[in-house]
Amino acid sequence: MNGKALIQALNGVYEWVDKRLHVTDLFNHTAGHPIPKSSASWFYVFGSATLLCFMIQLLTGCLLALVYVPSAAEAYTTLEYLTFRQELGWFLRATHYWGSNFMVGIMLIHVTQVFLFGAYKYPREITWMSGVVLMLLTLGLAFTGQVMRFDEDAYWGLGIGAAIAGRSPMIGQQVVNFMLGGPIIASETLSRFFTLHVFVLPGSVLALVALHLRMVLTKGINEYPKPGQIVRKETYDKEYATIIKKEGIPFFPHGIWKDLVAASIVIGGILFCVLMFGPKGPLGEPNPTQIDTVPRPDFFFLWIFAIAALMPDYMETFMLLVAPPIIIGLLFILPFINNTGEKSWRRRPIAVLSVILIYLALGLLTYLGQTSPWSPDMKAWSGAETPREFVEGRSPLELQGLAVLQNKQCRNCHAIDGIGGHRGPDLADVGTRLTKDQLVRQIIQGGGNMPAYGKNLSPYETDALVAYMVSLHPKGELPARDSTIPATPAPLSVQEGEQHEAVGAH
Amino acid sequence: MTTETNNDKPCGCDHTPEPKKTSRRDFLLLLGFGLNAIAGAMIGIPLIGYLLSTFFKSYPLQWISLGPVSKFPEGATRLASYLNPDHREWDGQTAEIPCWVRRIQENDFQVFAINCTHLGCPVRWFEESKLFMCPCHGGAFYENGDHAAGPPPRGLYEYPFKVENNELFIQGGILPTLANPMDDKKPRH
Ligand code: FES
Repeated sequence: MNGKALIQALNGVYEWVDKRLHVTDLFNHTAGHPIPKSSASWFYVFGSATLLCFMIQLLTGCLLALVYVPSAAEAYTTLEYLTFRQELGWFLRATHYWGSNFMVGIMLIHVTQVFLFGAYKYPREITWMSGVVLMLLTLGLAFTGQVMRFDEDAYWGLGIGAAIAGRSPMIGQQVVNFMLGGPIIASETLSRFFTLHVFVLPGSVLALVALHLRMVLTKGINEYPKPGQIVRKETYDKEYATIIKKEGIPFFPHGIWKDLVAASIVIGGILFCVLMFGPKGPLGEPNPTQIDTVPRPDFFFLWIFAIAALMPDYMETFMLLVAPPIIIGLLFILPFINNTGEKSWRRRPIAVLSVILIYLALGLLTYLGQTSPWSPDMKAWSGAETPREFVEGRSPLELQGLAVLQNKQCRNCHAIDGIGGHRGPDLADVGTRLTKDQLVRQIIQGGGNMPAYGKNLSPYETDALVAYMVSLHPKGELPARDSTIPATPAPLSVQEGEQHEAVGAH
Repeated sequence: MTTETNNDKPCGCDHTPEPKKTSRRDFLLLLGFGLNAIAGAMIGIPLIGYLLSTFFKSYPLQWISLGPVSKFPEGATRLASYLNPDHREWDGQTAEIPCWVRRIQENDFQVFAINCTHLGCPVRWFEESKLFMCPCHGGAFYENGDHAAGPPPRGLYEYPFKVENNELFIQGGILPTLANPMDDKKPRH
């Protein structure tokens, strides 16, 4: 058979199949649909990249489920088995973990880009709203995924979830029981989150991705916005049709190559992290009696952790239970608040400003969540050293005070010259800030955020402790002085910065 | 539906379909919907009942032994743990629940839940400073469970306890939250 005949035969087969399956028609209406030439931009690759991550998650998730057992008694053991004994199990776990981080990260870029390019405006309201739901589902997947890694953080994370649920008014206890599958964190809790993570949420994502892409096909992809091009309901559809007619190109093959390049970069990025950092955890066993633990959420939820620490407590229930639905609701109805007008971010200063503010806030909170300066350093009292200049030249009484400071675990919250906890102020120069009397009162009665130690310190211990703290001031700087007592010239020794002033001298 | 029937007639004659037939079709459609609604409810209600069963159940506290009182020296606070009375065989390590037992003197006890009243992290006892400290957001509690510092909205949750035949019992088996604190302490605000 010569070449021509072969091609003819193949064509025949294709036509035969096409007559029955309508593949050409399907192609023209989907992958081959025309997009504005301006939309084949590097800015437009993040949606497909998020979808790619989701596909990776589906694949690796199915494979992990071949080994993982979602039972409180077995989950941890199977995680260890996966990580250390199953061939390439570590690779699968790492890919699933990093895939999820990439998915959340790229999805956030996608949402931001869509917002800044005004793509949510008429007539793409449903595209945006389905996108908001997809975003929530993605965050839900990331959140429930932390529970699948059933270690100490997962256990206490569930406790945090229950504590938040328990703040709901009236039916708090019912909500807690529903969330945990009973009155306490146990196997049924893990099974619930497994069901969400493996069936409910991925299924919903698939359904909504279908809707999302359907909208992209029916209402078209957003044209690259130009400043001054105003969206009007009356004229927009016609304008878009003209754009497509004049400079439309088929998504496949002319528009897709940038998505393909981006896809390979994403896969490369995930692989890089997998090989460099490996899988996360599992940390310690999910053993509630093992309380020597410092629970922290995964990266993308650190900002919530920080908010929980920094909110004044009267606002907390509001911030945890009321604010999120309001914010999500606003995001959801955004296309109706702002349906027409300018699309280009160059003419939308408020939009740009809000994006900058939101990311600054999230970034700062994430940083704080990572360092969590509000948490006491539980080991500082036994482990933190005292720098030499804070010991040298002290009187016996002051040295006693230093011992009290160390033994009574003050260092868990108070650093000396940066060493120790950061919950309370650094004590390196406390002598310049508080007078002896103020120190006594602060220690005995507490105040601000400090517990009262009155019942807990003998008068002698208090004396020694205060004597030491008064001595804590940089060389050459005077100790704090009570302004109601007339000033007397400072002792010569202090002015020279040589010796430390006797306790109580004003 | 009626128009479609009309269009089906190529003759275009003024043959109107009998109204009886339409109403019969409508009836059958309604019947179809109705039967499925009933069948759906028969399957759906038990499904919802299964899913929401926790809503209708109550989980009363149960008396649990923490062992002989001699385990707890007077004037000290010790970590103890108990087996969740409602545990399943496949609960593994999660069936073992810790708590802090403070024996003030004789038969006078305070038994605190491990969970911080802020967001549930496990509080740790520091003997020297006589404080419970929370590793999450810097909450601290005094020896008697009162709030000392940080974001927690109230003192530690306290289990009801009793001493019988020199054995310490507490009433537990739930994860205490603000919605079900086990005690009747008031929040700070
Ligand atoms: S959970 Fe203890 S301070 Fe937040």
